[in-house]
Amino acid sequence: MQTMTSSPTDHASPMETSENAPSSPVPQGSTPQVATPGMLWSLVESAADFVRRNTLKAVLSAISVGGLFGVWYLGTKYQVDFYIRFRNIPTPWSVFEEARTVLSGNAYYVNVIYSMRRILMGFFFAILIGAPLGLIIGQYRRVSELFMPAIEILRPIPAIAWVPMSIMLWPTSEASIIFITFLGAFFPVLLNTVHGVRSMDGVLLRAGKCLGASEPALLWHVILPAALPQIFTGLTVGMGVAWVSLIAAEMISGQYGIGYYTWEAYSLVNYPAIVLGMITIGFLGLLCSGAIRLIGVVTMPWLAFAPGGRK
Amino acid sequence: MSELEKGLIEARDIGVIFKSGRTEVEAVQNVNLTVNPGEFVSLIGPSGCGKSSLLNIAAGFVKPTSGSLLVDGAQITGPGSDRGVVFQQYSLFPWLSVRKNVEFGLRRAGMDRHKCETTARTLLGLAGLLAFENHYPDQLSGGMKQRIGIVRALATSPQVLLMDEPFGALDTQTRTVMQEILTNMWQRFRISVLFITHDIDESVFLSDRIYVMTARPGRIKAEITVPLPRPRTAAMTQTPEFVDLVNRLKTLIREESLSAMGSELKTGGVTGFEMEVGPEGIGKIM
Repeated sequence: MQTMTSSPTDHASPMETSENAPSSPVPQGSTPQVATPGMLWSLVESAADFVRRNTLKAVLSAISVGGLFGVWYLGTKYQVDFYIRFRNIPTPWSVFEEARTVLSGNAYYVNVIYSMRRILMGFFFAILIGAPLGLIIGQYRRVSELFMPAIEILRPIPAIAWVPMSIMLWPTSEASIIFITFLGAFFPVLLNTVHGVRSMDGVLLRAGKCLGASEPALLWHVILPAALPQIFTGLTVGMGVAWVSLIAAEMISGQYGIGYYTWEAYSLVNYPAIVLGMITIGFLGLLCSGAIRLIGVVTMPWLAFAPGGRK
Repeated sequence: MSELEKGLIEARDIGVIFKSGRTEVEAVQNVNLTVNPGEFVSLIGPSGCGKSSLLNIAAGFVKPTSGSLLVDGAQITGPGSDRGVVFQQYSLFPWLSVRKNVEFGLRRAGMDRHKCETTARTLLGLAGLLAFENHYPDQLSGGMKQRIGIVRALATSPQVLLMDEPFGALDTQTRTVMQEILTNMWQRFRISVLFITHDIDESVFLSDRIYVMTARPGRIKAEITVPLPRPRTAAMTQTPEFVDLVNRLKTLIREESLSAMGSELKTGGVTGFEMEVGPEGIGKIM
């Protein structure tokens, strides 16, 4: 349509270059499209823009992951030995082979399921106790004065240091591992919740009171949602620490679990399985933090519009 | 919505003293004021004169050191939904949609979900905000948020509405529009309003009566009845009556502001202050 008026080449070429140019070397403009040129042009432009932006992203991601594999591959291929030694490190191929055998059996999945169950249970209890406790500690000065001294003493002790105590404390090793996982997640969840409550805008609290909210209603309908973004920060941090604690606990006292699997592989001199265990841990950790982020987006849709928010 | 007989606010010999460590600051001294049922009353004064303290007492956030504040003859014991409050800061719950914000007070009063929704939609419709019922507050402009704040405060059918510089954060154009919207809503709901502001034009445009407060410690310096007829229109702000009243109030407040700043001026060594800043300038500072 657009070409009838003036110099067809000038006008038609920009919209044709990216898609049709090779097939129609001479842009006659003799094939009028249904859409107006403007619409079509902007469509092509935005598509090109999308490709441009995401191509770079894809290339950089490929370099990132490829670089990791490259170092691994070259290091093991040439048996590099500069202080750090690649002599005993399994090659990517041997790990792949190991994965193939292991994935066709049962044991590996059992280990993964055990670890996931422990993480979910420990994390569940950390939320169940940490979030409500954090809410009341954050809201009531007296509760804070009662609990915080004890919490401040316990908090700097890493969950791993609890392993011996935990084994003595709990009747089964399963319970003790879950307890250690719980401890890892508990403090980040609790302290972030407290912080979320204390940093909330006081006018919202006063507004809630003016609208007739009782003390429990205030906690549930005002303080909790106001602190929710910060609570989710606590969950993300807590999930990371929970994994650290879980793997350590499994390595020391475990039966089953991916940490146990990794350590057992070392004991049995099955080096490819060590790397497979590590990759599995990384993947599961990624999966868990991704799940938290997703749940956060779904439960807090208003954050998409908040100033300085995700948008 | 509410009967004209209800919504009487009486402040009797109110005094407020803030203590911080050993130092005591007398913020409010011996204040008596009345807001009659259905009346729109403004409280103006230089900054720091304790006008917000008085509103906080009426809302139930602060207890007076002496004296008493009664609403319909009953002593204030704490915040409650019988008194609607509109704050200077935006106070909508960001996690609730506009409609859920309006429903909040009704839900707390135990109204069932369906009835809440109907009531909230009716109110939003009256305020011309129904199209935004499903928006989140952060999607709206400042003026819009304050309009919803007013609707939310009115939803529980309070006898009185307490407003603490509700348009203070808005730009001049929006503020003018908001004032007209507020007079319209006030006439529809026939509710007593205690309105805190430092904007003299605003107080004259909106009020039946204006209390002028002195610099700290805040006392009532003057009580002025606004003779302008209702409904008020933007055009009225150009009439001689309006301008005269504004000028009278400006003079009253100017004295107080100067006495409040007096000590600062002396210590700061600023001279010729009055020459540099005319009456309009002082008005802006407040």
